Amino acid sequence: MTGAFPRRCHGLVLDGLSITVKGHSRALIEGLSLSVTPGQIVTIMGPSGSGKSTLLSYVAGFLDRNAFVANGAVMVGGERIEERPAEERHVGILFQDPVLFPHLSVASNLLFGLPRVKWRDRHKRRSIVSDALASAGLAGFEERDPATLSGGQKARVTLLRTLLSQPQALLLDEPFGKLDAALREDFRSFVFAHVRECQLAALLVTHDPADAEAAGQIVIRLDDDPTRLSKL
Amino acid sequence: MLLRLAPALTLLVLGAPIVLGLAWTLLPAFGYFPAIGGTGLTLEPWRVLFASPGFNRALLLTLTTGIGTAVLALLAATSFCAMTAHHPSVLRLRSALPPLLASPPSAMALGFAFVIMPSGWLVRLVSPWATGLDRPPIGLVTVQDPLGLSLIGGLLLKEVPYLVLVIFAASGQVPVERTLAAARALGQRPATAWLKAVFPQVYPQIRLPVFAVLAFSLSVVDVALILAPGNPPPLAVLATRWFSNYDLSLYYPAAAAASLQLVLVIFGVIAWLAMERTATVLGHRWIERGGRSRIAQGFTVIAGSTTIALGALGIVALGSMALWSVAGAWRFPDALPETWQLSMWRTQANPIGGAAEATAVIGLASVAVAAVLTLACLENEQRHGIRPGLTALWLLYLPLLVPQIAFLFGVQVALIRLGLDGTLFAVAWAHLVFVLPYVFLTLADPFRTLDPRYAVSAAALGAGKWRVFFAVKLPLLTRPFLVACAVGFAVSVGQYLPTLFAGAGRIATLTTEAVTLSSGGDRRILGIYAVLQTALPLLGYGLALWLPRLLFRRFRGLA
Repeated sequence: MTGAFPRRCHGLVLDGLSITVKGHSRALIEGLSLSVTPGQIVTIMGPSGSGKSTLLSYVAGFLDRNAFVANGAVMVGGERIEERPAEERHVGILFQDPVLFPHLSVASNLLFGLPRVKWRDRHKRRSIVSDALASAGLAGFEERDPATLSGGQKARVTLLRTLLSQPQALLLDEPFGKLDAALREDFRSFVFAHVRECQLAALLVTHDPADAEAAGQIVIRLDDDPTRLSKL
Repeated sequence: MLLRLAPALTLLVLGAPIVLGLAWTLLPAFGYFPAIGGTGLTLEPWRVLFASPGFNRALLLTLTTGIGTAVLALLAATSFCAMTAHHPSVLRLRSALPPLLASPPSAMALGFAFVIMPSGWLVRLVSPWATGLDRPPIGLVTVQDPLGLSLIGGLLLKEVPYLVLVIFAASGQVPVERTLAAARALGQRPATAWLKAVFPQVYPQIRLPVFAVLAFSLSVVDVALILAPGNPPPLAVLATRWFSNYDLSLYYPAAAAASLQLVLVIFGVIAWLAMERTATVLGHRWIERGGRSRIAQGFTVIAGSTTIALGALGIVALGSMALWSVAGAWRFPDALPETWQLSMWRTQANPIGGAAEATAVIGLASVAVAAVLTLACLENEQRHGIRPGLTALWLLYLPLLVPQIAFLFGVQVALIRLGLDGTLFAVAWAHLVFVLPYVFLTLADPFRTLDPRYAVSAAALGAGKWRVFFAVKLPLLTRPFLVACAVGFAVSVGQYLPTLFAGAGRIATLTTEAVTLSSGGDRRILGIYAVLQTALPLLGYGLALWLPRLLFRRFRGLA
């Protein structure tokens, strides 16, 4: 861990959230309310098409408003963010693919999100990045081309990049889905350890029960029938 | 096997005119031109060129307008594309692209000149109520201004839409949506997210088209004849003037000027590469700063809006020529003609009809050959599992990178020796050199990315290679094939210099006539030429979009 990761994060609250595909009468998600405390990981499971990823898109601010009708409050640290553009929500997101920018070195990828308002000095910014890499067992990787990294290394760099951008909450959109079994467990515990250490409120979307078990806490199941929203 | 010869044949068709043409321009530039008595090698042509009045200013004008246009065109196209990340609705403006892309540069320049000239549309729109003018302002030079600003403006109207199209096409190779989402989740505003995360991935793919824009802007002749200052004109115009002079001794300095034009383009590309390096370093520093300010976002949106205004100006320019073609009396400061007429279309029907026919014949012939060669190359590549490399791409771009003036005179010399100058065949071949790259580049992607399982399935059903090609691949590619042909046709319609030189001045197309009439011709006749110059290519695009719908109306998967 390194000092530049977020500290004293806030909870994430969803209140009365509903999402409908435009032109359809039945809601994909209806009246979903939940609260994630700092350091907690809430897992959302469900078959494909049940609206798991759509839910994360709404929270992160990427929902296609031409395709979906959605409403409901999203609160981070007591502030409502659902009307803000994605870049002002301070909600980090990890996708199934690493999405490291291929035109930038590993260090530049991390510097991309490191907010200038917080750290202005170039040397300080560089040393923060080096510390973060070292803390993840990637010391000396600064000038590497992301394309030359292994799958596990890419995954770790992506998490570091998100954490350095100082998110207040974290969304995990099946980030372990494409890794093979051994790596998967490895990266999962890497992510969960950071979530707890940074006291982030995290929402995890997955269809692997092992992920849910490892997250170990609350699991929410989105079914085909949204009224049977159940807590397990 | 004939198919195996396709790449070599294509290379010959493209390469022979360029190599022969360059040789027959470079040799006279050093005094060797036996046909008119030059047998020794000398530097005299260069001395004459450098000593000609206004040479330094001509050189400076060429460089500032050429490099200026390329830089501004890239900035405008980039900011427009960045803006679409912020306002997705801007994407709807793409429907304005076809007329802007289809109209030849000279037609656009004619319309642009009328819009901005002191007695033009812009001044008319605000006169007399706002300006108090009831006759055109005197002493105001807005067209053919000495700094070449109107030339830059006129070129931008064509080059910006082209680069926008190229960027859109290249964006298909990048996971734009995911990249934008990742950058925005890291705190970047949409337009800056596009600039920092998407554009650097797109740029390497659009570099060659950007070089083509640079080469074209540095050496353009037809647009410069309409919009650039005349004394001194840019270098390429100077060379063209000397080449077409009755005084044959001017061939030597003309050849030197044309050769210098080639040097300028090479120098321009090297300078551009240096700028690219600097921009990359500065860009990375900007990205690594991690700033999230609104300034860059705001600047991009302003620049993007300017680009949209520029596009609108282009449409207005084309519209103004259409209006002139049916205008009767249209005095300053009336915003619209007082009376209307169609008589000009009737009285001019003969010369215009002839030019339109020649334009169509040359266009169709060059497109037909280009299409056959392109399909043969692509099919050959697929059958033999050839992966075309960067060299092939550069060769394909060569006709767009070598300035036309630097080899077309030499082409004319070679044609005279073969007794082919002034024939439709020669003109069509000269057009083919520029048509083929566009047809190839437009068709290559759809052809290479066509789902290979269709061909495999057909082969498994017992179809031979040729049957697979004609009965499966070609029908599936009908739409992109026709679009590629339409693009090639539009390119052919717009050619000025190749028609002039290969046609030895004896073959008149819509474009050569329009450019010839542009100085002092009747605006109503000019209007007709400009309208037809735009209408023919648009007709091509229309057919390319409509025919597949008609042919495949019963098949939802294709229509």
